[in-house]
Amino acid sequence: MAVGSCESIVLLYSQPRIPRSALQIRCSSSLASKQASSSSKIPSALQDFEAVIGVETHVQLGTATKAFCGCLSQYGAQPNSNVCPVCMGLPGALPVLNERVVDFAVKLGLALNCDLSLRSKFDRKQYFYADLPKGYQISQFDIPIARHGSIEVDLPVEYGGGHRKFGITRVHIEEDAGKLVHAGGGGRLSGSPYSLVTFFFSSCCFSLLVFVDLNRAGVPLLEIVSEPDMRTGIEAAEYAAEVARVVKCLGIGSGSMAEGSLRCDVNVSVRPRGQAAFGTKVEIKNMNSCAAMHRAIDFEILRQVALHKEGLESKIVQETRLWEEGSQRTVTMRAKEGLADYRYFPEPDLLELVLKQEQVDSINEALPELPNETRRRYEALGLSMQDVLVLADDKSVSEYFDSTLEQGADMKMAANWIMGDITAYLKTEKLSISDVKISPSVLAELVSLIKDGTISGKIGKEISDEAEIASLVDKVLLENPKQLEAFKKGKTKLQGFFEGQVMRSTNGRVNPILMKKVVAQKLGLS
Amino acid sequence: MSHSRHLLALASGLVSTPASTGPGNWIPPRSPSLTIQSFFPRGSTTFSNMGVNTGAQDVVHPRSPKSLHLRRSFISGERSSADCARTPGLIVTEYLDRLREKEPDVKSFLHISSSALDEAAEIDGRLARGDDPGPLAGIPIAIKDNLCTRGMPSTGGSRILDGYRPPYDATAVKRLKESGAVLIGKTNLDEFGMGSSTESSAYQVTSNPWDLSRVPGGSSGGSAAAVAAGQCACALGSDTGGSIRQPASFCGVVGLKPTYGRVSRFGLMAYASSLDVVGCLGTSVDDVSLLLTAIAGHDPADATSSSKVVPNYLKALVPAKELPGNPLAGMKFGIIKETIGEGVEPAVAQVVKNAVVHLEKLGAVVQEVSLPTFSLGLPAYYVLAASEASSNLSRYDGIRYGPRVVADELNAMYGASRGQGFGAEVKRRILMGTYALSAGYYDAFYKRAQQVRTLIQQDFKKALEDGHILVSPVAPSPAFKIGEKVLDPLSMYLGDLMTVNVNMAGLPALSLPCGLIEDEGSKLPVGLQLIGNAFEEEELLRVGHIFEQTVPTW
Repeated sequence: MAVGSCESIVLLYSQPRIPRSALQIRCSSSLASKQASSSSKIPSALQDFEAVIGVETHVQLGTATKAFCGCLSQYGAQPNSNVCPVCMGLPGALPVLNERVVDFAVKLGLALNCDLSLRSKFDRKQYFYADLPKGYQISQFDIPIARHGSIEVDLPVEYGGGHRKFGITRVHIEEDAGKLVHAGGGGRLSGSPYSLVTFFFSSCCFSLLVFVDLNRAGVPLLEIVSEPDMRTGIEAAEYAAEVARVVKCLGIGSGSMAEGSLRCDVNVSVRPRGQAAFGTKVEIKNMNSCAAMHRAIDFEILRQVALHKEGLESKIVQETRLWEEGSQRTVTMRAKEGLADYRYFPEPDLLELVLKQEQVDSINEALPELPNETRRRYEALGLSMQDVLVLADDKSVSEYFDSTLEQGADMKMAANWIMGDITAYLKTEKLSISDVKISPSVLAELVSLIKDGTISGKIGKEISDEAEIASLVDKVLLENPKQLEAFKKGKTKLQGFFEGQVMRSTNGRVNPILMKKVVAQKLGLS
Repeated sequence: MSHSRHLLALASGLVSTPASTGPGNWIPPRSPSLTIQSFFPRGSTTFSNMGVNTGAQDVVHPRSPKSLHLRRSFISGERSSADCARTPGLIVTEYLDRLREKEPDVKSFLHISSSALDEAAEIDGRLARGDDPGPLAGIPIAIKDNLCTRGMPSTGGSRILDGYRPPYDATAVKRLKESGAVLIGKTNLDEFGMGSSTESSAYQVTSNPWDLSRVPGGSSGGSAAAVAAGQCACALGSDTGGSIRQPASFCGVVGLKPTYGRVSRFGLMAYASSLDVVGCLGTSVDDVSLLLTAIAGHDPADATSSSKVVPNYLKALVPAKELPGNPLAGMKFGIIKETIGEGVEPAVAQVVKNAVVHLEKLGAVVQEVSLPTFSLGLPAYYVLAASEASSNLSRYDGIRYGPRVVADELNAMYGASRGQGFGAEVKRRILMGTYALSAGYYDAFYKRAQQVRTLIQQDFKKALEDGHILVSPVAPSPAFKIGEKVLDPLSMYLGDLMTVNVNMAGLPALSLPCGLIEDEGSKLPVGLQLIGNAFEEEELLRVGHIFEQTVPTW
């Protein structure tokens, strides 16, 4: 029995947190090589068929507090620690709009070239589910805050490159639901301090405990609905990657699919080429990276094309399928029982959402350079598309690159340093570019010294390749026949001489341990 | 807050606290006006039905020097031997005694505060120390049970919140507490405010103190009956379609439905969010003015609450002896034609017409006005209110609070918990509302009802431009018999004819006792409804106060 007081309404379950992956998975070029084999079958599958893909993206906003109450909007807090009467849906509680959410929505709307609705409103989307405290979600139905926009992407060079522009149907504000945590077997949580059960189903063979964590309930979201403009998995994955870049660039959210702060549901249908009508669309959920999106869509396209080819297109039903990362396939989650009736109606607890033109203008003026603008600028600088995509992928990287150029560095050399050595270093050390000790001005100086020939391009880089060291050692031995002869006659002290010569020949850049090992090998000492 | 406010506050409390009245000698409290006091019969059939022998001589007149003296001594500390015992602690004790004494007959309370005496003692202490005790210090106030109160159960009259104790106070409740009021208990209501007789409460049927075989009206029937029976000095109610005004009319007390947005709804269990208003019930216009001053104003927790400045509503009130000869000279009133014709009991119409004559005698010009869309209001109201209710009541799902019925899967759990938790009237409205919002029906019902609402608003706007204040009966009949309409929801809905349009337009309205009619041997009060422009409560209260002080004996 649930009871009334606040403390006991709070239903808790300590769930081990999924560690954030230290490195965020980047969608575009860097992961292209990891695409599952299904992708290679795509070109032939799409000879006679065309896939039509639309994406619904939920962007979790990085506001300090929730959309309609003052609770912290925090990722990873103790279950049910960021809750209040409003987001728990207690009797009598009322929502009050967080103005920051509106600013963020305007930012995204502008960044996606949308028409903004100076007057929009909130509506209630009604359905019953245990993670939905009020029995309805506050959303925007017929008048979203932004619509009729577009987004431009550049496809990875490995996929043949190309520039695409996809339509954005709408952007609207809504609130997130809570989370259900299922625990099989009643005893598992008995030792937990948070042992109050939220609800309890029993049937003849087993019982199931379900816990509700309402920390996420009421967290602000922007839902972006794309036009069904995408035709391949890589296009949709790049679309999602670009949305994530824009979100991060605007500073309105962390835009991380791995964390779940950016979630994409994809609608995929397939039709024979030349057919105007859309095929039956299937919704795919549960992809936690753009790469997974790419693979999931390609899998789904192949599945649907195969059914078409066998004349079994009637077996493609309108349903929601889950992407299973482990088995790399989509499986049926639930069949749609007709169209859900959400009984939308205007939210009477909130006022009409009115934007002032000045407010929009001032937000517009303060917009940062967007990823696509950065790419166009780099392209105009004469950088190759490969370089453009890497440098403009992350705003902190492009800012670093821009500052380096501002310090007068040679563009191509600065680009190579950043994409090569610095990126490699960041990867090994699991750092981000803001942690790098070499400031853009130091890098610029380094680059200009190398360019002047004052120092070689290889300076500062340790030689730790064993084969390279071996050839250096060979060279030293060849150049010093007398000393080698003396060594062979027993003057073993000369081992240090050879080591010194190798060190000198590389200006001290060789890895000393490796080098000593190679020298010893070459001298027949080990 | 000034002491003068406090004096008045206490006065209104004391008015209905006749120290010398023995138990059983209590009669429904009246406004602090001699004329009204004499107008309402003492020892009415009501209380003879209760086996009570009342005597007018026992009633302390509110403006009698005794109570004035009492008030003065109360604050100044100059206590004469006779009054030294009249501390807030004692006043609350007296009210609690009377509450318990009347409760078996009236059944207006769902919960009686266990801390009221401690709170009163706290006020005593503040007074003793010379601290400002607040403008409502020591006044025992009852709260409708759909307003959340920390420390007291809040059920909304529903089984689905049986035993529920909110972790927070509704804003109106919080403001009362901050003003020094003593919350004496939670009053009965139609489940979640859905009903016009308080018979839809899941817990008990409240009786009308004027005739125990009759309903007190609803949905704030518990609050109105408690005020009428002297179980509290005044009370908070809520009004979605007449839920303060109609029970005020049935119980012969003053009820104010403020402008939508004047009082925060935060902590009021939502029935129909775009229509719900928290308001006041009391024995006099002074009381409701005092109460409104305490609870009105912007609340950051309610986006629909207005940030308009709250006046001191008591300041507009002029005592009878200071009134000029024609106090309403130059004022125009419009009596709503559609409310005095067909569908209204002739006796009710007659009492209201008499009240109109009185207004004219006070110097006002009263004209008949027509609101062409008036009759559309009731069906449109029931579509909109039911639609919003179907959504607002979705949160009662058995998951986070309230009783839960264990079932094999989620939907079965919802069905069983809600099926057992809600009463028939609530289910009826949830079903109607769900239907009205369903795909394919939305335009025909909800959307059309919204269009009607706009028309009603326009009609009122126009009518209020011509007349300063609109006048109508509060209800087409006086209090009806318990059980009379339970099986006929439609006739129950028809009783809301006069009041729902005011909610549709969001306007303020005052329900004032204006006369008695005799029905099957019972004398029953009839209320007059005064409707004003949005946020012009001050004017309504001023006029209501003049009316109440001067209304003659019929």
